[in-house]
Amino acid sequence: MSKQNNSFLEWIDKRFPLVSTWKEHFTEYYAPKNFNFWYFFGSLALLVLVNQLVTGIFLTMSYKPDSSLAFASVEYIMRDVEFGWLIRYMHSTGASMFFVVVYLHMFRGMMYGSYRKPRELLWLIGMAIFFVLMSLAFTGYILPWGQMSYWGAQVIVSMFEAIPFIGETLHNWILGDFMLSDAALNRFFAYHVVTLPVLIVVLVFVHIIALHEVGSNNPDGIEIKENKNPETKIPVDGIPFHPYYTVKDIFGVVVFLIVFCGIIFFAPEMGGYFLEHNNFIPADTLKTPDHIAPVWYFTPYYSMLRAVTVNFLWVDAKLWGVFLMVAGVAIFCFLPWLDRSPVKSIRYKGPIFKFALTLFVISFFVLGWLGTQQPTPLYTLLAQIFSVIYFAFFILMPWYSKIDKTKPEPKRVTK
Amino acid sequence: MADSFSIDSKMSGRRKFLVAATSVAGGVAGVGIATPFVLSMMPSERAKAAGAPVEVDISKLEAGMLLMVEWRGRVVWILDRTPSMLATLEKLEPKLADPNSEKNQQPDYATNRTRSIKPEILVVEGICTHLGCSPVFRKDIAPEDLGPDWLGGFFCPCHGSKFDLAGRVYKSVPAPTNLVVPPHTYLSDNVLLIGAESKESA
Repeated sequence: MSKQNNSFLEWIDKRFPLVSTWKEHFTEYYAPKNFNFWYFFGSLALLVLVNQLVTGIFLTMSYKPDSSLAFASVEYIMRDVEFGWLIRYMHSTGASMFFVVVYLHMFRGMMYGSYRKPRELLWLIGMAIFFVLMSLAFTGYILPWGQMSYWGAQVIVSMFEAIPFIGETLHNWILGDFMLSDAALNRFFAYHVVTLPVLIVVLVFVHIIALHEVGSNNPDGIEIKENKNPETKIPVDGIPFHPYYTVKDIFGVVVFLIVFCGIIFFAPEMGGYFLEHNNFIPADTLKTPDHIAPVWYFTPYYSMLRAVTVNFLWVDAKLWGVFLMVAGVAIFCFLPWLDRSPVKSIRYKGPIFKFALTLFVISFFVLGWLGTQQPTPLYTLLAQIFSVIYFAFFILMPWYSKIDKTKPEPKRVTK
Repeated sequence: MADSFSIDSKMSGRRKFLVAATSVAGGVAGVGIATPFVLSMMPSERAKAAGAPVEVDISKLEAGMLLMVEWRGRVVWILDRTPSMLATLEKLEPKLADPNSEKNQQPDYATNRTRSIKPEILVVEGICTHLGCSPVFRKDIAPEDLGPDWLGGFFCPCHGSKFDLAGRVYKSVPAPTNLVVPPHTYLSDNVLLIGAESKESA
């Protein structure tokens, strides 16, 4: 039997590099041996991606991308399709959990300096995935054609009108109409189920190829490739991804699935944070709900959007708000060049960086919370203050990361 | 790998020219084939044709009441303002960004303090000029959430923009301009045509 297997493998291998690919990316891909729980979130993001792809395919079998049928078709999935409720909740909870694991994955990178040389391109590919993920979330949220779908999309699409000169034409081009209507719903469906999923799968593939080229970073932020066994040429602090990290990741998957199932079965709407109450009302083009807020993962940026209330330098507040919101996301791309610290990991960085990162996390959460609230003068002021802190973390980084008092990095990875 | 990128250093002038010419031709073909796809996403002929004007009978509209009608998928408000409502317009002018309607957000016949043809009847698109939410008609005076200076107007719940009872925007709010007054006319005393200035031009 095993001999037959071998000859079959040989037959394949002469026609496709199966064994060598398996070795390169699994059994002979050496990852640092000191990964901690923060390193679960990459593989979990992959798991959630698969969940979204599979559940998404089954949802398209019953969903209708038509403004007069969409809302009812979602209710049909929830009530009449066998296990439709489960598949839909897996998809909607998966969307929120995608952002949870991706935000934690990004925070891991920020803590351990995973964006630093030689991983700048890896970081940028990751940011591209993040942009596509946000587009997926946005286009997906429109599909049920509820009140929040409609008015949320109205707000986002109106941002393009703020662009000087071409704004209005661009707006009409995006919508395929002069206002948000069936034409837009139909094309956002096309983006959500074809264009963007293909793009994200390709980018995730490229992300992993880039990772395996430069090798994984680790909590100590030192390069394990600089210390190889002279005979085997294997990093002395590296262990094969398979079986060591595949087994570790399975443990992470089990813990994640316990949480995931807990949400699906006991709190699929998460008190209005995962599925907003107003989206259980069909879209009404004549009435905006009294309180509209995006889903939680967009609220920090949404706060920035409405924090700008004054015109400045010949540009009106509206366009500045849009600019600030886009900048709030895009500024992560510059991290590899903003960080001038001689060390990568937070373990060896000084007190200023730790303080700055703490402030940044606080501002991210405060902006996120403010984005779910009604705008009052006090909250607008708070949004302005915390937006400044958020951006200061990045803009001042070249300065404070340089003067910060760092500790010496070890030669070998530690526990 | 680096070798394959630097191959053109070894190329003859003739080959370089051919590579450049092929690239340009390919680029032109690329733009050419992209054009129909890009244009297919513009509003269709059906969408363009759907903008017919609407006739509204306002005989049942009472003073102080707001009527909502749909035109081109947008909400249009018709508000019959009471004398006390009209009196607030002048009082609020110091707080407004564009009290004289200098920015082109209305037809000429609505470029006045009341932004209307008949002083009491306001016809305005109920779409916030910030990001397209529909503001809420708040005629209550000095409510708790809008402060003691509020004399009635429109408040956008999305991002906190404020407008007076003529749809004029306040200073220091996210919305940059006054609400849009659509083209409209009176076919008779109580029949309003929204979307065109005469029956013929519709």
